[in-house]
Amino acid sequence: MTDSAISLRGAVKRFGDITAVDGLDLEVPTGICFGLLGPNGAGKSTTMRLLTAQALADAGEIEVLGHSLPGESKQARMAMGVVPQLDNLDVELTCRQILTVFARLYRVPSAGRPAAVQRALEIANLVPRADTIVRELSGGMRRRLLVARGLIHNPRLVLLDEPTVGLDPQVRQELWSLIDTLRSSGVTVLMSTHYIEEAERLADIVAVMSFGRVIAQGSPAELVLAHAGREVLEVYGPPPELARIDELATERGWSHRRSGPAVAILHAESLNGEARNGESLTDELPSGVTRPANLEDAFVALTGELIE
Amino acid sequence: MSRDIVIFGRYWPSTTFSSIVQPTIYLLAFGLGIGSLVSHVNHVDYVQYVATGVVATAVLFASAFPGMFNTFVRWQFQRTYDAMLATPLDVEELITAETLWISLRAGVYGMAPLLVGIAFGLSPSWGMLLVPFIGFITGFGFASFGVVIAAVAKTIDNFNYVTSAVLTPMFLVAGTFFPISTFPPLLHLIAELNPLYHCVQLVRDAVLGPLGVADIGHLAVLLGWALLMWRLAIVLLGRRLID
Repeated sequence: MTDSAISLRGAVKRFGDITAVDGLDLEVPTGICFGLLGPNGAGKSTTMRLLTAQALADAGEIEVLGHSLPGESKQARMAMGVVPQLDNLDVELTCRQILTVFARLYRVPSAGRPAAVQRALEIANLVPRADTIVRELSGGMRRRLLVARGLIHNPRLVLLDEPTVGLDPQVRQELWSLIDTLRSSGVTVLMSTHYIEEAERLADIVAVMSFGRVIAQGSPAELVLAHAGREVLEVYGPPPELARIDELATERGWSHRRSGPAVAILHAESLNGEARNGESLTDELPSGVTRPANLEDAFVALTGELIE
Repeated sequence: MSRDIVIFGRYWPSTTFSSIVQPTIYLLAFGLGIGSLVSHVNHVDYVQYVATGVVATAVLFASAFPGMFNTFVRWQFQRTYDAMLATPLDVEELITAETLWISLRAGVYGMAPLLVGIAFGLSPSWGMLLVPFIGFITGFGFASFGVVIAAVAKTIDNFNYVTSAVLTPMFLVAGTFFPISTFPPLLHLIAELNPLYHCVQLVRDAVLGPLGVADIGHLAVLLGWALLMWRLAIVLLGRRLID
């Protein structure tokens, strides 16, 4: 009844006393890149596993590409590709062998397998390495092979779980353009990440997850505007001074956060308004740097600064 | 399973070597060592007695160990199973394919002691052609048993307990090297519950003849064991593969 590629309604997943996914509602429209952003432990990976029925929900309804899970999980998995967070390649095999085996597992007809393997190798820029054993590939190549493996059967939906974690900037750029190419070709992409920049650049819609549920959702720009404003004032100083500014901001009810050696005051554009209304901000606040608000500001404002 | 065949393509020399050499060593050690003291057991020439008995040992080693170690390594260390379960494959198909492949191999390796035995005076017989099938059924049970152990093991070191407390007594108390009829009643009963004992008896009757009504019972035990372990493997490993 929906045209969503993915739809979760009230999904709950518990592991003993821990509730990893806690009444999650999520709709991923077809054909977009959807970013699932959240701190570690927010339930992103569990959500991904729910979508492949590698974890079974304790409650709620899950639909993937029109197939209801877990009953029709095989049909759903047949039409979707998964790129895992952890490298789970068979290190003993060559790229071509791995892709051939997975083409078979994804039920690509045997006549079409060599072409599918070739296409996947091309997408991932691994043609020259087709017959290299995985153990001898660099980290970036292995990650590209993981992507190729998830695309071998031309899926309509791709799940990417932390696709660029632990990669150097060059490889990350490469993967980003690959993801962008996918999206442009009409594939729905669901990507979980805790790299804010990644979500900001690639995702059409971002859902921020915290403690197993979505706490905010929208385009990156909308999220920034709603939760961090247009501008952020960053005030630098020694720790005691920062503590004082912290206190002052709390007292005034300004949305703010510690940002390394500075205190960042969000929605700074409205501060100027206060200043114009006669409050002597300059006395209370040492000079700071004003910069455009970004998704990181919104993210921290939403999920809090405390690290568990 | 296609993936296993590809992997096997890389490892067959070492796997095959150990599968052939190990029973050969048992055969030589027991057949020639004890054979010089004992010439016949139950009217059977001792070399023939051991050569047929060691088939079960070869099958056990070629199935229980891969069942335990391959499963654990691919599941826990390489996480291959996680990757495969993200495809349309399900747990039942995955485990069945893995155990089928192991047991096919075990059936073939079960022939090795017979070939070595022939070199030491075992006379070829038509019944030998049944051995790969007996080895396959036995191997399926023990490969599944290995998967069950892997599913309940906390670390790979846990396998040592199983090897020394279960597998070693199993292959010694199976009528492989000496008949269990000499055992006191309790031990005799335990030996009769050992599926490997039934494999030994079945192979011996098939190779040395004659096959009788008792062999239907042996076959039934092996089939029952294979079925039980197979289902148990799917349930137990399934519980750990799917959250």
